[in-house]
Order: sequence, then structure tokens, then C-alpha cells
Amino acid sequence: MIQSLKARKSDLANSDIQVKQLNTFSDRISALEPFTRKMKKVGLFPLKPTQLEIFQINVGKMCNQTCKHCHVDAGPDRKEIMTRETMEKILNILKSSSAHTVDLTGGAPEMNKNFRWFVEQLSLFKKNIIVRCNLTIIMANKSYNDLPEFYKKHNIHIVSSLPYYEKGKTDSQRGDGVFQDSIEALKKLNAAGYGKPDTGLKLDLVYNPSGAFLPGSQIGLEKDFKAELMRLFGIEFNQLFAITNMPISRYLDYLIQTDNYEAYMEKLVNAFNPTAAKGVMCRNTISIGWDGFIYDCDFNQMLDMKVASPDHMHLDNYNEQNLQQRSVILNQHCYGCTAGQGSSCGGTTS
Amino acid sequence: MSDTYYDPKDLGKFSKISEFGPDLSKKFFDYYGEVFKDGALSAREKSLIALAVSHAVQCPYCIDAYTTDGLEKGINEKQMMEAVHVAAAIRGGASLVHGVQMMNKVKKLSM
Repeated sequence: MIQSLKARKSDLANSDIQVKQLNTFSDRISALEPFTRKMKKVGLFPLKPTQLEIFQINVGKMCNQTCKHCHVDAGPDRKEIMTRETMEKILNILKSSSAHTVDLTGGAPEMNKNFRWFVEQLSLFKKNIIVRCNLTIIMANKSYNDLPEFYKKHNIHIVSSLPYYEKGKTDSQRGDGVFQDSIEALKKLNAAGYGKPDTGLKLDLVYNPSGAFLPGSQIGLEKDFKAELMRLFGIEFNQLFAITNMPISRYLDYLIQTDNYEAYMEKLVNAFNPTAAKGVMCRNTISIGWDGFIYDCDFNQMLDMKVASPDHMHLDNYNEQNLQQRSVILNQHCYGCTAGQGSSCGGTTS
Repeated sequence: MSDTYYDPKDLGKFSKISEFGPDLSKKFFDYYGEVFKDGALSAREKSLIALAVSHAVQCPYCIDAYTTDGLEKGINEKQMMEAVHVAAAIRGGASLVHGVQMMNKVKKLSM
């Protein structure tokens, strides 16, 4: 298993250096049109929020995997984890928030020792609860084996990454043995009723390209995944979300190491789609970090770009009405969400 | 100008051929866009055909473009290589089948 950038003491573990590489890595990168200018041309700058719908909470960077494309730089060596005290602050805020969905992510969110308690408390709000489960955590040890039943009990919507329906492309992105464990975990989720017709238990899969290319048609990929997962393993799921890899953190490191970075960025810029830009997720989402700071999205969170609302950058000063007046912070990585059919935590946006 | 006949960067300039003839260029790209849409064949199937033809006509720009396009459409290495073998088989077969012409001639000229 590879180590996180932080454990490797890589320069790219520093968010300031990542932002620098996004803007001035080389002449080719510097020559790319600034994202803010591109947005201005289509009348989307400054970018303002729409109705707040999703409260996305990153409960920690600890993970049982170290995927090559991870924008969080998560892994077993990361110790940043949300405390119960911070979770209590969130619960208090959610009592009066207009958000209809709570989206739990990590790392592997289940590795937070307060995860199950938090989910139990959240489920009292009657909001949609999404857990971004990496699948292999279900198989990691006995204490996690009952997760499908726990999710079912609280009617959790499961969203899980599976970059391909075969071992090679999955393990090359997510680590040796991940594919086999993911298949076993999917079978357990199916056995609990997830992804099955008429159960109401939603199991969606996330497709991220295993390399330096963009995702193709979400509809076409979903068709292939459904047919092949059923044919090869008898597995069912609801929807496939095709998500573009964001050129930050470990994926940025991969792009630079393989000499694909400049061509990838040029491709993102050339594929800018104004319709996708209009529907970017940062407009209806608030992202909360493990330490209670507030961001426009999980990507800005990893680049340490806190919301542009100086008096409301932390849960301690949360004010939804004032936060809704902010402008979203934009930089060159945002091209990842506006390329082609667009990309968000819920798949394409156009 | 590059010192070689083929420069990978030129692929990205394909649309700029309109500079020397916008009307025909527009007709071509409109047609091209229509050809690759989902139809009786899926866009995925068309991408595999394009990859095979790219090898048959030995166009490095096309091989570059349709390898990437195939990856984006979720086509795996095994499927791509089978498509290339189809191209190779047709090219090889096209040479070999002319052996019949050679044989016909030999038979005509020989006692």
C-alpha cells in the first residue's frame, strides 16, 4: 500500500504548493485561461450559491485505503478525525438548516469512532443521509461486517466507488485486493436489500477514470457496469455517477509524475461547458472539515480555501443566512467540475 | 513549424483547418459529429470501429484520439486489442487474398 503524500513528506502535501502548481507549474499551465475569467464570460462570476440543499461533512482523513487519485490524501497514516464535540455542533445547526441532505464522507467515515452514534443522531432529523462508503471497510474486520444491516436500519443512501467492473483497473487505482473485497461487500449490500428493486435502499456507484483521461457518457458507462456486474457477479445497483478526477493532491501528484499534467489541464479547459458550470455542486452545498471549518466544497477544503465569509468560517460562528450571501472561491482546479458533462459528488451536472 | 511530419500537438489544432476553408470544414465537422452519435450502433461501438480503422489507415492522430476516447467510454485494453487485431486481420487478409490473383496468373501462364 502506498503512503499518503503527507507521510511521504511530499511538497504536494502542502495546499499552498498545490495552488501554485495549479497556476504556475510551467508556461503551458500559466497560459491557460483563468477559471474566473472563463466564468465571467458566461455570466457566472462572481459565483453565488443557490438554495442550500446538501450539508457535506468530512468526518476525518483516516482510511483503510490509499487510492492513487484521492483528493483528500487519506490513508491509514492520517490521524485527523472529527470529534464528538464537533458532531454535536453540527447536529445543533442541522435542527434549523434548510439542507435536506447530509452527505458523510472521509477518508473512510466508518473509521471515526463516533460514526455510528452520529448517524443515529442524524437519522432523527428525517433528512436524506448519504454515506460515501469505500466498500472494503465492510470487509476490513469483524467489527465492520454488520455495516450493511446498520445502514439498512437507518435507511442510509450508500454511494461507493468502483472504477471498473474488472480487477486490473480497480486495483491499479485503489490498491491490491480492493476489487475482490469490493465485490464481496457489494454482495453483502445486495443481500441486505441495497440496490434491489422495490426495497427503497439506494446503492449508487461512483466511476472515476483509472488514469489521465475524462469520464465518458454516464449513461453509457452505467449501462456497461450494470450488464457486466450482473453477468460476472450477479450484482445490482441503482445509479452510476461518473466523476472527473480533480487535479489536486494525490491525483495531481500522479499527473505530474507521469508527465500527463499539462495535457490533462488543457483537456479540462477545452472541455469547459457553461451548462455544467451553472450546475456546480458548490452552489447548493456546504462542506464541513473534520475540525469544524467551513468550505464551498470538499475540493476547496483539501486546498484549505475556507468560505469567503470571514465571520462565518467555522461552525462556532455558523450563520446560514450570511453564508448564502458569499461568493464561491474559485481557482484552476474548478475546471474539473465544469468539463464535458460536468462533475459533482452526484455525477454529471448537465 | 515542427522538425517532424507528425507532432502530437497538431491533433489539438484539427479544428483550425477551418482557417483555410471554413465552409467545407464546417460541413465536415457537422457530419463527423453526427456520425459518432448513438444510433443503430452505440457511440461505444463506433469508437471501437474508429480505433480499428485508425490502425488500418495508420493515422497516429486517430490512434491517439480513439485510444483516449475508448478509455473514456469504458472500453478496456482487451477489447481495444481485439479491435486492432480485426484491423490487422483485414489488412493481412487483403494482401493474402490477392494471392488468388497471383495464382490465377501463374496458372494462366504456366503449362
